[in-house]
Amino acid sequence: MKIAVSSQGMSLDSEMDPRFGRAKYFLVIDSDTGQFTVHDNTQNLNAMQGAGIQAAKNVVDLNVEAVITGNVGPKAYAALKAADIKIYLCEKGSVKQAVDKFQAGQLSNAGQANQEGHWV
Amino acid sequence: MKIAIASGKGGTGKTTVATNLTYMAAENKEQVAYLDCDVEEPNAHIFLKPEIKEQRPVVRLIPVVDEDKCTLCGQCGEICQFSAIVLVGRKVIAYPELCHACGGCKLVCPAKAITEKTREVGKMEIGSSGSIHFIQGLLNIGEAMSPPVIQAVRQAAPEDIPVIIDAPPGTSCPVIESIRGADYVVLVTEPTPFGLHDLQLAIEMVQALGLVFGVVINRADSGDDKVLDYCRNNAIPVLAEIPDDRQIAEVYSKGEMICEALPEYQQLFKLLFQEILQQAGVHVG
Repeated sequence: MKIAVSSQGMSLDSEMDPRFGRAKYFLVIDSDTGQFTVHDNTQNLNAMQGAGIQAAKNVVDLNVEAVITGNVGPKAYAALKAADIKIYLCEKGSVKQAVDKFQAGQLSNAGQANQEGHWV
Repeated sequence: MKIAIASGKGGTGKTTVATNLTYMAAENKEQVAYLDCDVEEPNAHIFLKPEIKEQRPVVRLIPVVDEDKCTLCGQCGEICQFSAIVLVGRKVIAYPELCHACGGCKLVCPAKAITEKTREVGKMEIGSSGSIHFIQGLLNIGEAMSPPVIQAVRQAAPEDIPVIIDAPPGTSCPVIESIRGADYVVLVTEPTPFGLHDLQLAIEMVQALGLVFGVVINRADSGDDKVLDYCRNNAIPVLAEIPDDRQIAEVYSKGEMICEALPEYQQLFKLLFQEILQQAGVHVG
């Protein structure tokens, strides 16, 4: 399955980005083959508002089934849920470690947003 | 004649200046309008004690998507600069609290799947206190955008009598909505480094809007001379200096008007009003 992980860098050894909407990059990893693609999120990183919504739209458009990130707010949560994307929360570590934890069933599925909305 | 009272920094005394200015402008039962545009926490009513006679809701239009008509083209989300409507997967989601009510999504929808409905974002209260016409806006709790409520308050202002506008602090959209089109802007500041810094931001704002303005220094002898020097060096009129008087603070903390409780200050606000009229080029008879 394809999983999007919020990342501070462009490789599997990069630290995860704890932010979803304003993550630096998304790495989309095929958990079956280990292949991955890098997607720049700078545009949302610098957005005045709606960063979480647009980031959610982007990962949905990348046809992922799940997202691994540190935090997710109510608007991004609503958008990801509308597209039936599963959200897994991982506090820290590299992108690879996050995916390993996910595959070992160690990450919990976020039943709701774990952050308040941010206002401009 | 529209006089807006603004400041960069919060807590400099905008409402104190605005209410006492209004009090003196309404001396001899002159008709004056007071607009409290600080709609996130309007407090002028504490001092002017108006009798509220009418309450009106302030509404905005938000999009409603008919899922049966929607073709999932995503054009609504592409035109929205605020991510208030977005196509995710096979669904269009709207976020009413982010919507600026431009109607763009409705216009571009090729399937005519978008209609608009009203949503209350705040209230407006209209009343009077003697010869003062009083209007205040109240943004609903949890709302992020105050300009629509400010706009409604300004549109409800009576014409042909002096209007005094109490603006919110800062230099962002709510302030611009409050002071736009004013004949004169009074920037209230305090003689501190923060006061000066934020005054400079406020001056940049009023200059960008092409408005005529002057400065009132509150708690005038409490800090340094840098605000005064700055105004002098830049040929900015200092309209009045309100002293750092403990009695003023005591009167304010009880919700009383300075001009009423401390009549010795009536002259200061009367002269301030005359100075503003003169600076704004209004003939004083």
